[in-house]
Parts: sequence; C-alpha cells; structure tokens
Amino acid sequence: MMMRFSLTPLPGDCIMESNDVTARQIYWRENRRWMLILGTIWFVVSLGCGIVWVEPLNQIQVGGFKLGFWFAQQGAIYTFIVLIFVYARVMARLEKRLGFEEPEA
Amino acid sequence: MSLTETTYLVVGASFALYIFIAIRSRAGSTQEFYVAGKGIHPVANGMATAADWMSAASFISMAGLIGLSYNGYGGSVFLMGWTGGYVILAMLIAPYLRKYGKFTVPEFIGDRYYSDTARVVAVICLIICSVTYVIGQMKGIGVAFSRFLETDYETGLFSGMVIVFFYAVLGGMKGITYTQIAQFCVLIFAYTVPAIFISLQLTGQPVPQIGLGSTLADGTYLLEKLDRTLLDLGFQEYTTSVRGSTLNMAAFTASLMIGTAGLPHVIIRFFTVPTVRAARTSAGWALVFIAILYTTAPAVAAMARLNIIQTLEPQPGQHLAVEERPAWFKNWEQTGLLGIEDKNGDGLIQYSADPDTNELVTLDNDILVLANPEIAKLPNWVIALVAAGGLAAALSTAAGLLLAISSAISHDLLKRTLMPDISERKELMASRLAMAGAVLGAGYLGLTPPGFAAGTVALAFGLAAASLFPALLLGIFSKRVTREGAVLGMLAGIGVTLAYVFQHKGIMFIPGTSFLGDLPPNWFLSIEPNAFGVVGAIVNFGVTLTVSRLTAPPPESVKQLVEDIRVPVSSS
Repeated sequence: MMMRFSLTPLPGDCIMESNDVTARQIYWRENRRWMLILGTIWFVVSLGCGIVWVEPLNQIQVGGFKLGFWFAQQGAIYTFIVLIFVYARVMARLEKRLGFEEPEA
Repeated sequence: MSLTETTYLVVGASFALYIFIAIRSRAGSTQEFYVAGKGIHPVANGMATAADWMSAASFISMAGLIGLSYNGYGGSVFLMGWTGGYVILAMLIAPYLRKYGKFTVPEFIGDRYYSDTARVVAVICLIICSVTYVIGQMKGIGVAFSRFLETDYETGLFSGMVIVFFYAVLGGMKGITYTQIAQFCVLIFAYTVPAIFISLQLTGQPVPQIGLGSTLADGTYLLEKLDRTLLDLGFQEYTTSVRGSTLNMAAFTASLMIGTAGLPHVIIRFFTVPTVRAARTSAGWALVFIAILYTTAPAVAAMARLNIIQTLEPQPGQHLAVEERPAWFKNWEQTGLLGIEDKNGDGLIQYSADPDTNELVTLDNDILVLANPEIAKLPNWVIALVAAGGLAAALSTAAGLLLAISSAISHDLLKRTLMPDISERKELMASRLAMAGAVLGAGYLGLTPPGFAAGTVALAFGLAAASLFPALLLGIFSKRVTREGAVLGMLAGIGVTLAYVFQHKGIMFIPGTSFLGDLPPNWFLSIEPNAFGVVGAIVNFGVTLTVSRLTAPPPESVKQLVEDIRVPVSSS
C-alpha cells in the first residue's frame, strides 16, 4: 500500500484521507465478517441446539445430561461468554493493526 | 439470636453500606449524573450491569419459573433469552452507542433520525418499557420486606424507596454504579451459598452446575430420577417438556434476547466505560457475572423440586403424614406460598399433577429459592443473606430503571427538546428533581399496583424488542433509514405488540375486556402474548425499511454521524 502511494504523487492530506478511507473500509468489512461468523455460532447453539434440534441431541447422553437439554440450560450460556470475548479480542487486534486504537482514558 | 434479629442485622448492614457509598459518590456534574463521568473500569461496569440486569424476578422467581411453571426444559427460554441478548449487545449495539458518546438512548435516536419527533417517540417507548418493569421491582421490595422482616408491605416499600431515593438522587449514575457493585456481591453470594449446600447434600458435588448432571446417593442420575418421579406423579418429563410449541419457544427466546439488547437501562450502563474497546469487554464481564446466577438457577430448580417431592413422598407410595411435616413447611404455609388440603382425609399428603387429587394445593414459584436454605438446614445467617440478596436484586434494578426514566425526562425532553438553553447547573438540578419524581411515581405504582403488575416483566422485553431495538440497529447499520421510517416503525412495533397483548389479556389488562380471550387456540401461530415482541420487531423492521424507501434520504450530516460511530477513533 505504501508503494502505491509513493508511486502516485498526491498532496499529503489526500494521502492521509484516502488511506483513512481504505482503513475504514477494511475495518468495517472485517467487523461484519466476524459478526457473521460469531452470530452464526450464537444462533446455532441457542435457537439451534437448544430448541430446533433438541430432540435428536437429547438421544445423546453426556454424564447425567441429555445433550439438547444441556445446551438449552448450560451450554448456550457458556458459549455466549466465549463469543463476546473472542469478538472483543479480534476487534482490539484489528484496531491495533489499522491504527484505530483509542488512547487509554 | 432469633432469625428475625439476624435478618434485621444483615439487611441493616447491607443498607448501611449502600448509604455509605451514596455519601462517598455524589455527582457534581451532569456528566457524572448521567454516565458516571465515563470512568468506570470495564470489570466494575460488568458487575454493575449484572446487578442492574438481575432483578427481583431473576433472583427470587426464576428458579421456580423453570422448575415449576415451565416444568424444566420449557424454562430454558428464560436462561437463553436473558443471556443471549448480551452477544447482540456486545456486537451490534454497545460499542457504537459508546462511540456516539452522549448521555441517553433517545438522544441517539433523536440525533440519528434528525428529528425531535423521533426523540419524543423514543422517550415514550422508553417510559412504557421501563415503567412496566419498575412496578415489578417495587413490588419485589415490598414483598421481600414483608416475608423476611415481618413488616407490612407498605412499610417495606417505603424503606426501599428511602434507600433508592438517597443514593439515586444524590449520586445519579455514579452513586448507582458503586451501589450496584456492592449489591451484586451481596446477591451473588446469597444465591450461590444455598445452591452449593443443596447440591452437596443431594449429589456430593459442590458445584451446582456439575451437580445437576451427577448421580444421587442411590446411584441414579439426578435428572433421570426427576424425570421418572414426575412421570409417576402424572407430570410431563422434566428434561423434555416443551412450552407450547417449538415455534413458541423460539419466539419467546428471541423476544427476550432482542429485548435485552433494546432495554435502555442496560444500554446506558455501557456509556459509563472509558472506551469503545472497554464497552465490548465490559459486556463480556457482565455476562460472566450474570452466568454465575443463570447457570446455577437451573440446578436450584431441579434440585429444589426433587427435594420437595422427596420430602412429601420419600419412597413411591409412602406419603408424608400431615402431622409430621417439617418446621420449614409450616413456616412457609403461614406466608401463603405453600398450602395443603387433605382432600381424601387419609391424613397423608399426596402430590400429583391431577388437580382433583393433588393435595399440595399451593406451591408458589418463589418457594424454590426462598425456602432453599431451610430445606437444606442451613444456619440463620444464610437465610438472612437470602433476604438481603433479594432486596439487593430489586433495589439495583429499580435504581437503574429510574435513572433511565429520569434522564429521558430531564435530558431528552427538557434539555434537548423544550429548553435547549438551560444551564448545566440547572439541568443537574432538574435531573435530581426528575429522579425524585420517578422514585415517588414508582413508589405510588408499587403501592397501588395496576391489576397487571404480575407477569409484566417479560412484557417489558417484548415492548423494548418491538420498539427501540430495531430503531437502534438500523440507525447504526443503515445510512438510508429515514426519520419518517424510524418514527412509524417504532409506533407500529410497539402498537402491534401492545394490541396483541391487550386483545388476549384485556385492555390495560382489565379482566373481561380481552376480545379474543386468553386461549391458546386464538394465539397467532400459537405464539403466547409474552413472546410476541419478536413479531412486533419484524413489523417494525418492515415498516421502517418500506417507509424509508419512499421518503427523502437523510441529510449528509447524518451519514457522517453513522460513519463516525462505526469506527472507534474519529478521523484526524
């Protein structure tokens, strides 16, 4: 990217601006990609495993739990926690990479 | 020391702590009053959010709802619904509204939809959701006092109001935040200690979440035993009994999830952290703290249900004699939460699913949590702690709701709509007055609860899901949605949901005015009224998007605003 800008001479503020615009586009695209991935998992563990596919999953016994019942009353909640922390982490990394890090208040 | 004395001591100590915090954290500016100066650490905010979120209903009633009313698996709608919303909040709402960086939810809607009408409609939706919700908390305070401290309901309610008045009027969000952190510690300790003991007694396993899947003393799995026992008594199996239909369960869960992400008193908690990054992690921490209670509750539900059944019928066919019932049983009969009637006159108590022969005629949902320490024979201080915990849960949620209501009045109606020139000092004064008014109003509604007070908490979620959530989501993710679209969408969403609830439950819940009857065959696609929020939300999305296509696009400044809130730092 630096190469391209150095090859096309533009006034400094324009470089800053178009650089910023591209970074914003990358940021938003990546953000939406992660929302889609994590949102799918969110949907699958709760409304999927906990409700729609609960009967077939209940045929599987894990310890004292029927698996579908476990997802509905325990598993979905644990997964939700993991999803939020994964999202927080990937977004923090993305912000660091693209220079969108906020100053510590 | 008697139980009542111990309870007074423990509850009194917790109240003294809240007052101490209130004096230490007075608000000196509107920024402190509305958003605690935006300086709260994400973990601390997570704790405060957990207390804000977990109401008297979560603490006292949820285990019973799951274990009794919804007979086990059906109650999963509450467990998944009231936690899954945090994923939506963390990914789709909280970071962007934190970046927007102002004080209230209607303020964002007003600015994003470049219209005071949108702001006022949002204020109305906020007040409808929050007032429905706060009545339940005020009732919870009164009931907790009267049950544990043997005061009458009114005295209990007044004591609660005085405490909330003190720290909410003095400290606003700042005072509420620090008291909520203390309240979280009290309530989570009070919930888990009895749960650990009951799990140890039944399964030998100290972690209730694992105990739920463990074996009993006789070697059978706890859930298997419960399933079989309930089938023998004529109930449905605990681990598979569906609430209504699969579609109803999915709709109910989805309504609670998106309602969670649309409730203003939860969203504004994320305005108090210093950065967008902190808003995301804070949502994660909030869910960690909430999950401690929410994964314990299903264990309490199953274990306490089994415990009660085994008290009444230790071996199949061997029933407890009326004369031999334990002391805790008699104690709770006096409160009206338990009741027996020896219908066949054999001097024994027969519990069954058949209403004609069932002799345990009253079995209130709340009993599973309230009587737990006594059933498990725990010392008096644990019972006293449960009282303090129930009060902490009700007070913390009430305070959060009252702040959402009062800031909508003093900031959105007064400062942003009616008197834009009001000074900072006067606005702070107005916000304290609005808070005082909100406390008194809520107290009044708690004293003379409109007929519909019971069971309205779930309704508040449906209303938030159908009105505010779509406006917030589209405001962030679409640059094309217009003010006309948003205003009509919010009105259509909340209108459809209220109309559906009213037509099945009565207009303003007045019995006899329901024109379709509260009968499952009349339910739209078999969806119960409490689960209708998701349908209202779909209507809202549909109306908003259609009207937006037909109206002039938003001005350039609004597109800039949307661009700006999507990225954590403003472009240089």
